[in-house]
Amino acid sequence: MATQQETTEARQHSGVGFVQTKLATLFVPPHWLKLAGGGELGPIQVAYETYGELTPAKDNAIFICHALTGDAHAAGYYEDDDEKAKPGWWDDLIGPGRTLDTDKYFVICANVLGGCQGTTGPGSINSETNQPYRLNFPFITVGDIVEVHSALTRHLGIEQLLAVIGGSLGGMQVLEWAARFPKQLRSAICLASAAQLSAQGIAFNAVGRRAIKTDPEYKDGEYEAGAGPRYGLALARMIAHITYLSDQSIEMKFGRRLQDHDTFTYEMLPEVEFQVESYLHYQGKRFVERFDANSYLYLTRAMDYFDLESQYGSLTNALGKTDARFLIASYDSDWLFTTTQSKEILRALIECGKHVSFIELKSPFGHDSFLIEIEQLQNMITPFLEQAYQSQLIESAQKT
Amino acid sequence: MQDPSLEMTDRMLLEQIQPGSRVLDLGCGDGRLLARLREERGASVLGIEIDITQHHAAIARGVPVIQADLDEGLQDIPDGSFDYVVLSQTLQQVLHPKQLLEEMVRVAKRALVVVPNFGNWRIRLQVLKQGRAPVTEVLPYEWYNTPNLHLMSMHDFQDLMRLLGIEILQEIPIINHRAVERAWLANLRAQHVLYVLQRQCEPHPVSQSKNNAESELESLKPGSR
Repeated sequence: MATQQETTEARQHSGVGFVQTKLATLFVPPHWLKLAGGGELGPIQVAYETYGELTPAKDNAIFICHALTGDAHAAGYYEDDDEKAKPGWWDDLIGPGRTLDTDKYFVICANVLGGCQGTTGPGSINSETNQPYRLNFPFITVGDIVEVHSALTRHLGIEQLLAVIGGSLGGMQVLEWAARFPKQLRSAICLASAAQLSAQGIAFNAVGRRAIKTDPEYKDGEYEAGAGPRYGLALARMIAHITYLSDQSIEMKFGRRLQDHDTFTYEMLPEVEFQVESYLHYQGKRFVERFDANSYLYLTRAMDYFDLESQYGSLTNALGKTDARFLIASYDSDWLFTTTQSKEILRALIECGKHVSFIELKSPFGHDSFLIEIEQLQNMITPFLEQAYQSQLIESAQKT
Repeated sequence: MQDPSLEMTDRMLLEQIQPGSRVLDLGCGDGRLLARLREERGASVLGIEIDITQHHAAIARGVPVIQADLDEGLQDIPDGSFDYVVLSQTLQQVLHPKQLLEEMVRVAKRALVVVPNFGNWRIRLQVLKQGRAPVTEVLPYEWYNTPNLHLMSMHDFQDLMRLLGIEILQEIPIINHRAVERAWLANLRAQHVLYVLQRQCEPHPVSQSKNNAESELESLKPGSR
């Protein structure tokens, strides 16, 4: 068995090694963030991490947009991580020689507005009242989230990003970014995402929110930090988790296998008979430890509201202003964000003559595939980024 | 080693395409032709390719490419979104060539199609002499492992165009790796043909071509049909 010291040393030297979360304070009044739903917000603290070095020309920055419950910790370890801690959520993709090669690129990942992992959200203290915002936090949209991230990149001195990349809600941010700040990105990678959430997706979000709100501990959002609707939030996560899997992946992973017995117990009280139940309970429990119920309500609503077409008149209007190169990918077993939805984006981009590549990847893992099938992403994203970077270098050489 | 006729076909296609055009290449492979079109013709390009390794290779050339199966049609390509659509040495391999040709003139103003000519004399002679499915330099497969599902002569192709109401703007026979603009007995001599097609407003009624030597003589003058 590896000693604690051996583990620590191995972590220091693998991937991006040890990382730290940084904080930036943006939209300091009177420069409030004007919100899509009306009202203003400021100051806004943003938690972010960076990996690799920014070139003097500031032309190698890649921004990662995380999915619904993700955070800024995309790669590496924290120095005080215990032995069992996992690295950042996209660690396999980020690091020296990896797809988002930190020897070449400067990679940024930030927690979203309304989140609960360092960026201002409903759990943050409102400086005017010295109380947590809770449900006094203003309504936020994907557009507002992107406004904050765009401001963060400018705060870091970056005029234009080499790429913005994300899956699921992260992919929605990528599309919004292309629509809202068309000049700010050179390429856009949108994985397992859509220009609008399907009615089915809204339905599942609604059930999750109901689970949270009907938990007696929710207390109309006025729960104390550390307390809150644990059962409701776990239930919301269990439901959502099912939508991230596929029929095939559940079957492969658990089948109808039982958890603690070889035969049925014929008892109603224990909640866990099948392995799949045990797994969902575990996912729910772990989620409660790291996520805030009010943030979950705000972010799922932001996702429900996202609709690029209605917001900009049409998809071609939304995506027609950018010269970014696009890479769109869907997964054949993803029923939450389907290939048909990715193809709507593709059609619009072809219609306005954009540089767009598309692929439907084969994977049994459903919507979660973009977090699991790293090799597929590697094969496609590595050459795509390389080309985007080369074309940028050629262009800037021509200018000088 | 690269097939020398491929290089020649690429060059012929390049010459057909006006600078600055928007071009779609069906079955674009590693994006070789599209990369040249972009560099030499300043074209704005898109490829469709089914093979995932080739798809990645095209991306590695900086050529935008969609992974899709031509047998499922071009429903993701909006009407008239391209100036040219190219289908080189692939029509005979798709399940529904008729539908694909209709789709091609829907998505682009002009379609460039390169097909093998089954009317070539070597093929005819082989069938006649040996009474077997022909195996030639151009069609180097046995009947049981050929990717070529649909084999047609120049006359057959012309008939289909009439049926579909597609106008043949140009018909360039390729004989011994050379494009011959005015070929004598083209349907007998051509190994491949490059067609430049355009959608016609009114489809013409079909007239059956005559399957005898007379029709060969008719085709002495290209475009006379």
